[in-house]
Amino acid sequence: MRVALFIPCYVNQLYPSAAIATLELLQKLAVDVSYPAKQTCCGQPMANSGFEHMAQSCNDLFIENFSGYDYIVAPSASCVLHIKDHLHSHADEDAATEIRGRIYELVEFLTDVLKIEKLDARFPHKVGMHQSCHGLRGLHLAQMSELVAADFSKPQHLLNMVEGIEMVTLDRKDECCGFGGLFCIAEEAVSVKMGKDRITDHTKNGAEYITSPDLSCLMHMEGILQRNKSNVKIIHIAEILNSSVTQI
Amino acid sequence: MKSTADHATLAEKFNRDEERVDWHDGALWWIRQKRDRSANLTPQWEELREAASAIKSNVISNLHDYLVQFEENLTKNGVKVYWASDAEEHNQIVYSILKAKEITQMVKSKSMLTEECGLNEYLHERGIDVINSDLGEYIQQIDNEPPSHIVLPCIHKKKEEIGELFHEHLGTEKGLSDPTLLTRVARKHLRNVFLTRRAALTGVNFAVAETGEYVVCTNEGNADMGAHLSEVQIASMGLEKLIPERKHLGVFLRLLARSAIGQPITIYSSHFKKPRPGQEMHLILVDKGRSTLLARPDFRDSLKCIKCGGCMNTCPVYRKSGGLSYHNTISGPIGAILAPNLDMQQHADLPFASTLCGSCSNVCPVKIPIHDQLYKWRQVIVKEGYVANRKTFSMKAMSLTFASPDIYRTAGLTGRWILNYAPFAVNNKFNPWYKQRDMPESPKQSFGEWYKKNVKENNKDA
Repeated sequence: MRVALFIPCYVNQLYPSAAIATLELLQKLAVDVSYPAKQTCCGQPMANSGFEHMAQSCNDLFIENFSGYDYIVAPSASCVLHIKDHLHSHADEDAATEIRGRIYELVEFLTDVLKIEKLDARFPHKVGMHQSCHGLRGLHLAQMSELVAADFSKPQHLLNMVEGIEMVTLDRKDECCGFGGLFCIAEEAVSVKMGKDRITDHTKNGAEYITSPDLSCLMHMEGILQRNKSNVKIIHIAEILNSSVTQI
Repeated sequence: MKSTADHATLAEKFNRDEERVDWHDGALWWIRQKRDRSANLTPQWEELREAASAIKSNVISNLHDYLVQFEENLTKNGVKVYWASDAEEHNQIVYSILKAKEITQMVKSKSMLTEECGLNEYLHERGIDVINSDLGEYIQQIDNEPPSHIVLPCIHKKKEEIGELFHEHLGTEKGLSDPTLLTRVARKHLRNVFLTRRAALTGVNFAVAETGEYVVCTNEGNADMGAHLSEVQIASMGLEKLIPERKHLGVFLRLLARSAIGQPITIYSSHFKKPRPGQEMHLILVDKGRSTLLARPDFRDSLKCIKCGGCMNTCPVYRKSGGLSYHNTISGPIGAILAPNLDMQQHADLPFASTLCGSCSNVCPVKIPIHDQLYKWRQVIVKEGYVANRKTFSMKAMSLTFASPDIYRTAGLTGRWILNYAPFAVNNKFNPWYKQRDMPESPKQSFGEWYKKNVKENNKDA
């Protein structure tokens, strides 16, 4: 099984530790994983702003970088959803279709493809789970609170394998944090208010860490936490799943 | 009341009073929770949504035939039918009906459509006085403010503010803010309105093509009171309000009030079919952009909307920005996908007033993919040229960067260099991120750089 690691632009530039944790975790699980060096972005920043038509060369580059692998795995639900929903090519639609079917967000790759049942990880902290909307309602990583349907959570299934972790219960288990891509700039006031309210839900319920399969949500909340000199930290789920007994 | 400011500007104003935002958010979240409980208590809830969506698909696919059938049955029942292509024509029709009977006062209920058409103002200019009899709309009317929510028109007002309005307009004691007492005062006042008005206009929740009847759902009974006491009864409805047969009502009536406010059914589901002896009934079928919407394949599903307002209650952006920030009669997520069809320039900002979180599509009783349509409207609005040039320029730069691995690497280095050594360049008031958020700390190297240095095996691409 040959797996290509897709590290989205902002994770590559701003959160390399989450990317390293993803790589190490996959390697620990004996996955043959490599990182195509010429990758850039999924194209979502343009497309969500209404400029999908300007994202074609970005899409073509994505196809060039990620064709020929059994799976493409990324530690970012939002970017994976974007590729799944919107990657197309005028030149080679078959290649685009192939990639749309082979790309996985890290959590779903671990639960649905590798089907792991145990992990050698330890994280003795109180953690709040932030369901990213794209992971939740786009990739169905967990059951959505609006639907009348059986409950499940793939991230929780993995976190249950981590020794010492204590999950906090939130008042609103799957409300949006207000990041929303360029929404966080264009609608600054609402975006920040949504972020503050999400954070309060985690802090008042005792979280020391807020985790998520999406760093974009976490980056937004981290900005607010740091501005308010909070001790609560953000951490990508890969870093928790990769935190070995010896590291702590 | 048209506003020139965009959603972001109006939402920023709304957010200056954080306590009020919390209160507004909490009130609507409470309704969302009631909706959840009620949905969970209903057997086959998801199947009901699916059925409702399928029935509405059938309606919009066969709209012409159902409209003709509905018109035939209305006529058979003795109801006079009118067709209006736009707001102006609709308002003219209402005016001509009233003028023929020399009526100068009308009571109105349950009609967002006439709000959209600006009927009250139109008639007022022609010497006809209209009173909205739904309590929430009545409050908005005396405050000369449009509704902020389609089901809960004055949800943004606190009871003390309503007390103040009543003191000013209805002469209640100053400082009186008890909702029960205020409602009693409004009721007494409206009772007199009902008794003295010769004409009553209502909206339509569902129009049954098979029988030519229409159904109006209310909790206050005001639509019935108005209609039953009137000698001229008028109904205004959008073309999309049809359902094929009476038996389909069972699906929609089970969904409507539960989705709206978590109530099993509205207190009154009133069927209107034939005029009483001596009474006149008129029904106006209004297009007002519906047929244009029908011709847009990506957006026509929004015609399925039954106006429950569930998408507003669940939308975190709506809850934290208030309905009036949408500067459109229909606010929230559904307003943001309906409005650009009517006037793309005026409403170009609305599809961007969303994080695309998708909660709206999940609560929608007729399964309109609202957040997908928001995404698609963004593409249309940009292509039609309704965004600032500045944004187009930065998007071009971004697309160029992401299309080239070399430029991307350099841009990343520069970006991180700036964050590390010249934070003043980004940490200033001109950067909206920084206003209430710190910038992310900049790592020494990117993952790509780390990988090149540290990972030798499997590294054939580097």
